[in-house]
Amino acid sequence: MRLELVKRQEHSRLMVVVSPILAITLTVILGGGIFALYGVSPLEGLYAFFIEPLNSYWSLEELLVKAGPLILIAVGLCVCFLSNTWNIGAEGQFTIGAIFGSIIPILYPEWTSGFALPAMILMGAIGGMLWASIPALLKTRFGTNEILSSLMLVYVAQYLLDYLVRGPWRDPDGFNFPESRIFDSAHVLPKFGDGRLHLGVLIAIVVAILIWFLLSKTLKGFEIKVLGQSPRAGRFAGFSSNRMVWFGFLLSGAFAGLAGVFEVSGSIEQLTPVISPGYGFTAIIVAFLGRLNPIAIIFAGLLLGLSYIGGEAAQVSLGISNKMTNVFQGMLLFFVLACDILIHYRVRLVNPREAGNDVA
Amino acid sequence: MPDELQTSGEDDHADYLIEARNISKQFGSTLANNCVNIAIKPGEIHALLGENGAGKSTLVKILYGALKASSGTLFWKGKPAEVSSPSAARKLGIGMVFQHFSLFDSLSVTENIALALPKGFKKKQLAEQIARVSHSYGLPLDPHALVADLPVGVRQRIEIVRCLLQNPDLIIMDEPTSVLTPQEAEQLFVTLKRLTDEGCSILYISHRLEEVQLICHNATIMRHGKVVHSCDPSKETAASLAQMMVGGEVHSITSHRQTATSKTLLEIDALSLEGSGPFSVSLKNISLQVQGGEVVAIAGIAGNGQGELFDVLSGETRLKDSYAIKYLGVPCGRRRVNARRRLGAAFVPEERLGHGAVPDMSLTENVLLTRHRSGDALVSAGMVNKSLCHALEARIIDEYDVRMAHPGSEAGALSGGNLQKFIVGRELDRRPRVMVINQPTWGVDAGAAALIRQSIIDLARSGAAVVVISQDLDEIYEVADRISVISRGQLSKAEPVATISREKIGLLMAGMAENQQDNEGPYAA
Repeated sequence: MRLELVKRQEHSRLMVVVSPILAITLTVILGGGIFALYGVSPLEGLYAFFIEPLNSYWSLEELLVKAGPLILIAVGLCVCFLSNTWNIGAEGQFTIGAIFGSIIPILYPEWTSGFALPAMILMGAIGGMLWASIPALLKTRFGTNEILSSLMLVYVAQYLLDYLVRGPWRDPDGFNFPESRIFDSAHVLPKFGDGRLHLGVLIAIVVAILIWFLLSKTLKGFEIKVLGQSPRAGRFAGFSSNRMVWFGFLLSGAFAGLAGVFEVSGSIEQLTPVISPGYGFTAIIVAFLGRLNPIAIIFAGLLLGLSYIGGEAAQVSLGISNKMTNVFQGMLLFFVLACDILIHYRVRLVNPREAGNDVA
Repeated sequence: MPDELQTSGEDDHADYLIEARNISKQFGSTLANNCVNIAIKPGEIHALLGENGAGKSTLVKILYGALKASSGTLFWKGKPAEVSSPSAARKLGIGMVFQHFSLFDSLSVTENIALALPKGFKKKQLAEQIARVSHSYGLPLDPHALVADLPVGVRQRIEIVRCLLQNPDLIIMDEPTSVLTPQEAEQLFVTLKRLTDEGCSILYISHRLEEVQLICHNATIMRHGKVVHSCDPSKETAASLAQMMVGGEVHSITSHRQTATSKTLLEIDALSLEGSGPFSVSLKNISLQVQGGEVVAIAGIAGNGQGELFDVLSGETRLKDSYAIKYLGVPCGRRRVNARRRLGAAFVPEERLGHGAVPDMSLTENVLLTRHRSGDALVSAGMVNKSLCHALEARIIDEYDVRMAHPGSEAGALSGGNLQKFIVGRELDRRPRVMVINQPTWGVDAGAAALIRQSIIDLARSGAAVVVISQDLDEIYEVADRISVISRGQLSKAEPVATISREKIGLLMAGMAENQQDNEGPYAA
């Protein structure tokens, strides 16, 4: 007996919903197994990782702060991925967005008018777009694979940040620590609640709703999906693949850049060599777990946000390395992609003797 | 005649290298091969002729073990043989050179050949062997060259040498000259001659009748899945071969033909376009005028520039010269597809799934595909009016009898005929002034085909200009007022259907016209 995948005539609407749930279930089961290998009771481990962080108001707020950038970046990526453009470099666009957004608070700290903050946000978006336009240009002009070029630019961006905070942008009064000056209060995003929650989180959710509207109600949304599913039909409809590459990269770059400036001006309030726990990469998982649907991405973002604070919590309470976060994220992406097969295929048991040899 | 083959009696198997008897192959409801007989002698070049869809490929795949016959027997060197897979065929001594090469661009010649051979070859020895064999057959190859750097003709040599290294007794070649320049083809013929002198047989599939007459000793001609003739091509004329291929019977022509209104709605003027890749065809100096009220059919064998011509007419490929194409008198060569649609043009491409429709989208969404900017008000201020799309879909489904499993079906779930009715209906519903259809009934059931052909005629009679690109001569005779033939990117003059015979069409398809018009050397690719 062997397993065979048989193409469905139409995609299964049931599996569209079941697949992510199945993926999460499989991740939790395998995660429990890994806890057991560590010598920790699986139930205790999973509780510490996924439930305990939800028990306090402080960590709920922290969860939203972590989920904000994930949602914002993932919503941009979902437009990209739907149009079959593969921006893997959101982490780099995030970094450049943070750098551009920090130009005013670091180089012009005296400018504290009410326009400074909106200008910072705008510059963050522009930075992300600029960085994203490099792979877009290479792809549309030279046919370069955008997966590689966007990914490699991540490291360029990170080294640029590293150079700036260790070199020209280092805080003169900072005892030689590789950090920029701390932002003036006029350059910090408005905050809510107990103090960590900032405006960026709210904007992320508004953006998700806007993009949902764009995708489901407008001609642009239709264009995105047509070009993603069959470029030839898209050309027949009069849509341009090249322009879509630009649209996808600029939009996702702008959102990643926004996430970057929100992170430095809302959470960190200065530039440091490391400003992201891999938001740009984790957002790829968020986008797929959310079925490339902006509303579902909000929930997927919360779940992946939980994996960050869960990892920290498990480290504190169980003494398990917080690399567990990466393990969970990796497993989740793997299972999401694997379970997605079931949307277009069904699994059939085949008896090798019955299998025809019509096609050699 | 097939009868001749059958009379060759039980005892004569030994005369033939390979003999196929009463081979039938059923695909669903269609009989691709119907009691086919073919016999190839040692050392002969045997031509297999037929139009697209005549069943040649199916027969060849059965001989090469890539398909299993539903019934019938194969004899190899006089003994019944089972060819269960291509590797079994290779073990027997049957090699095949495919029309589209199966080579890895990033590997060297030697590496590509090593992949197809049984394990155990030393790379260095193999390279020497390749160099030796290829030179001795006049197909010089550099064993270390990278495939990506080689022109098409040399890539074909790799495929041939790969076959030769296994010392085959029979080589099957699927349209080997379709990708070659005349000079490369000449060289190939010399090699083939050498091979047959050594006793190797060749089954040669081609549309090019001159070639067949020149090099083949015997020919088997197929039509609609059956063998209709066997003959010695050198004793036939190209014209008689063409007639055997396309069939002699002339269909009665529908009587309501009328002279076209004199207004030219589509004008193509000296259109030329360089091909964009090794397998794409250059269009050369194409001119055609289509008047309101008439259907002009463009006949031709697949891959002679039909797809390229369609793309240029639809605006998916835009030209530099705006005046090469005029719709309703407006120069359109540089206009986009939707600008042409707004002028009143409509297009139906050959490929239904992935070109004319998006497979994973519903019909409602597929309505939007070609009509979002064609003046139907389906979109206002960037917002899609879904209920209007839905109403349009319902109208098309109703008027053109589109049947689907359940409301809201995805395009990919419809049968070929129903999807084609939808795609054609979507365009007809706009009441276009000019319509270009590529392969209107390719792979469509008879009922849907009749409905589509009738609507094409009705559209023309209502005053529109219609261009039908088709490989199906029966269809062409049914719908066309004038017929033109495309061959290697050149279009013959459109002639009234009453004055152009099937025989002449067959000759034009086989590239007879271009010899008179074009002596400038390498063509195609």
